[in-house]
Amino acid sequence: MENQDQANDTSVASKQAGARDAAYWAKAVSRLSVSNVPEGAINLNVTGKRLAGPIQGFGKMWQKTYQVRLPRERVSAADLIATWKQHFPDFWPEGNHFYAPLTGIAPGEVALLNMALPGRMTLSTGVMVLYADDESFTLMTPQGHMFAGWITFSATERDDQTVAQAQVLMRASDPIFELALTLGGHGQEDKFWAQTLSAVAAHFGQPTAKVDTSVVCVDKGRQWSRWSNVWHSSAIRSTGYMLAWPVRTARGLSGRRANG
Amino acid sequence: MTEATATFDVRRHGLATVVDIRGDVTAGSEDVLMSAYDAAGDVRTIVLNFTDLDYMNSGGIGLLVTLLVRANRRSQQLMAYGLSDHYRQIFELTRLDEAVGIHDSEQAALNAAGVA
Repeated sequence: MENQDQANDTSVASKQAGARDAAYWAKAVSRLSVSNVPEGAINLNVTGKRLAGPIQGFGKMWQKTYQVRLPRERVSAADLIATWKQHFPDFWPEGNHFYAPLTGIAPGEVALLNMALPGRMTLSTGVMVLYADDESFTLMTPQGHMFAGWITFSATERDDQTVAQAQVLMRASDPIFELALTLGGHGQEDKFWAQTLSAVAAHFGQPTAKVDTSVVCVDKGRQWSRWSNVWHSSAIRSTGYMLAWPVRTARGLSGRRANG
Repeated sequence: MTEATATFDVRRHGLATVVDIRGDVTAGSEDVLMSAYDAAGDVRTIVLNFTDLDYMNSGGIGLLVTLLVRANRRSQQLMAYGLSDHYRQIFELTRLDEAVGIHDSEQAALNAAGVA
């Protein structure tokens, strides 16, 4: 009985001292804020937004898994994740920009994303680092992002291989993004992550490594009660921002003339 | 990271099933968690007991989302109790708390579900 009491005391003490994973999770935030905007980055659709997970999205729920296998002798899981975190923006396909936080991929940090769209448009959004440990890290999307959910990057060692993986759990944020995903967006996304994993593999001397893609529809239902997410749409807001660029430029010029 | 180090024990409680979670919940827990869910049967409410949860990463949270989808598909409600302050914060951060009812005790969860 005494031993049982001691065990309970230890368990309670350990819980009060903090869980083993406490350092890996972001602290709770109600709204996102961006502390430093890197030069050249467009900071739209992030500040003041709430995070949005798969539960808050509109479209069908998908789990997409992309994997590439590397020789374990070349890189361990921990080294792969350390490198991935450090060079994360470098592995992205050309034309897309991930503006990493100054402190790197660490829990609670917010990164800005400027993604290339057809017609030389740029989609401006961001992500927050939800979780990061030595073997994985997870990015979570804000309201208005093309999808609501998170992406987990991980590495595991299996036999003589190190498997690098990106796994997306998502729903399209709103009806417009759902339509866009249906009309080719899913294919674009698959290509995006396959190119990213190929770049990771190339970094470790395996440029021809095959990327395996697995797509599972977790929920075929659409959450029609979430249609109003379209109000936050980063696509609509980014397009408005781009279209207003000539007006902003003209105002800036006339303002400078008036002051000068 | 992928090996299952959590156990999920199922207890039937009238129209509800309580799942006692112990150990580390990660993406590697998928098979055991889904087996436990299948064993829970066709009840009205699934109550997850997190009292003995030791560790959970983002893969574990992803599993809970998948479990929630399966439960919703069968018109079952998902509830939770025994969450430490830390895990409550994670539920809030990931906004899982908007879909999973969080309670202080098993009795409170069962009362809220109307199956006590």
